[in-house]
Amino acid sequence: MSEQPMSTDAEVESTAFTDQNRVEGEHEAASVRAVLINRPRHELYDFWRDFRNLPTFMENVKSVEIMESGRSSWMIAGPAGADFELVSEITEERPGEYIAWRSLEESDIDHEGWIEFRDNAFGRGTEVRVFISYDPPVGPLGKVVAKVMQREPRIQARRELRRFKQLMETGEIPTSKAPDAAPRADRHF
Amino acid sequence: MRALTWHGKHNVQVDTVPDPQIINPRDAIIKITATAICGSDLHLYDSMIPGMSNGDILGHEFMGEVVEVGRGNTSLRVGQKVVVPFVIACGQCFFCGKQQYSACDNSNPADKSDMSEIAYGYPMSGLFGYSHMTGGYAGGQAEYARVPYSDIGPIVVPDGVDDERVLFLSDIFPTGWMAAENAEIEPGDTVAIWGCGPVGLFAIKSAKMMGAGRIIAIDHLPRRLELAKANGAEVLNYHEVKVREALMEMTAGIGPDACIDAVGMEAHGFAPDNIIDAVKQETKLGTDRQHVLRETIMACRKGGRVSVPGVYGGIGDKLPIGAFMQKGLTIKTGQTHVQKYLPQLLELILDGKIDTTDLISHRLPLEQAAEGYRNFHDNPDEWTKVVLKPH
Repeated sequence: MSEQPMSTDAEVESTAFTDQNRVEGEHEAASVRAVLINRPRHELYDFWRDFRNLPTFMENVKSVEIMESGRSSWMIAGPAGADFELVSEITEERPGEYIAWRSLEESDIDHEGWIEFRDNAFGRGTEVRVFISYDPPVGPLGKVVAKVMQREPRIQARRELRRFKQLMETGEIPTSKAPDAAPRADRHF
Repeated sequence: MRALTWHGKHNVQVDTVPDPQIINPRDAIIKITATAICGSDLHLYDSMIPGMSNGDILGHEFMGEVVEVGRGNTSLRVGQKVVVPFVIACGQCFFCGKQQYSACDNSNPADKSDMSEIAYGYPMSGLFGYSHMTGGYAGGQAEYARVPYSDIGPIVVPDGVDDERVLFLSDIFPTGWMAAENAEIEPGDTVAIWGCGPVGLFAIKSAKMMGAGRIIAIDHLPRRLELAKANGAEVLNYHEVKVREALMEMTAGIGPDACIDAVGMEAHGFAPDNIIDAVKQETKLGTDRQHVLRETIMACRKGGRVSVPGVYGGIGDKLPIGAFMQKGLTIKTGQTHVQKYLPQLLELILDGKIDTTDLISHRLPLEQAAEGYRNFHDNPDEWTKVVLKPH
């Protein structure tokens, strides 16, 4: 991987990676995203590694249950109010640096991903890169629905990584949602 | 509570809305004692800013009394009087660490920052009461407001200081100050300032304090030009003179050392879904809308500085890029890093070194806020600055 300093929260295209195979796969929807977080690497790794913390900032993950031998069960809110279960298994792990996982066959969603934590070479904190890939729950139609609901993987990864950064840097996740505001129309214009 | 809410073009009204509540640990609730209508609120009033929702509470220049503090804020206490910066900043990201608070990476909620990320390449910070592109936060033209990251923004003012003396720390005083700072004024410099609205006036006051030898202010509204003159500026009415010729003559052909564009452009068309439309609009309407920026670049002396506090939002064209490069100009701009300037500017006010109230033309109860908008919009010569008093 490139040793060039990254801009914060940059959208990383696959050309930024020397090991492009890491972002290729058989899945229909995939996304890589990088973000600079102004916190120590081990603190970020430890928080993420306890998967039960993830629903704090992943808005469509309802709960995570830790099972035996690196497995965990995820309840995910899907399109049109449907819930999906995903049983995930850690496929590779380097403490403080890297976690990779993929879904097991009994899952409703075919999913894999990895997250990598690196010290920024210039003392600016930790560079976090995430790869998320999944086959949408109900095939091509699912992606359309997911896109409409802004849960398309690119947007989803962008927002979730942003919330992770916000939580780790500031101790909270900013929101402007009601009740701080007047009743609103359903959509923006 | 009562609040000024937006319902479309030229349609604002005071409604009863739910009271704000503490949501996050670092929030505070402010009972608002004074709040102003900003010139940039008129862009919302004119419906030029995308990402507005029916019912949004406007207002980003406000102050008041702390009535509730979240458990994550150990620096503010109930009962303190504070002025709230219009920029919301976390204080802990890379940018806040560099005191570039208006570039805060965290204050814009994740579900609101897609629009600016697409339009500008990076998500912008959260602002109060200024569309969902800048966070969708409820604004301060209301009886109460929720202030996120309240341990970083609000500055405590001593008891007994009149609200009107410190209210403009929220935006226009630091904005005018940063505009003058970005002009990198050296003693004896001639500084030309386009626009004698509140930001232009504070830029005049600030440039003077920074040692400008000569300040030339440009506008066409008589009362605003009078205010500029009263603050020590020479004035040019662009309806009466050719600005560049006048500047050349006044500076004996050298040109102003620094030029400040305190006018900007009515932002429009930078929502992701109509950015291409913006390009089309721009090529038809472009000449007038960027007139000031072009003129500052052309008028500025060789090796001079151009400072742009005026708001631009979309895509521009026909900039005299050759003049910019060949003359070796420096351009500095940006939303104000309000938090950076507050302590020193509060001190200037408390020491009596600046009059921050001479631009206020009207004081209204919150209930008459819609009337304030209408008059500020329709009659800008008489209505130079409106202060609302919710409590």
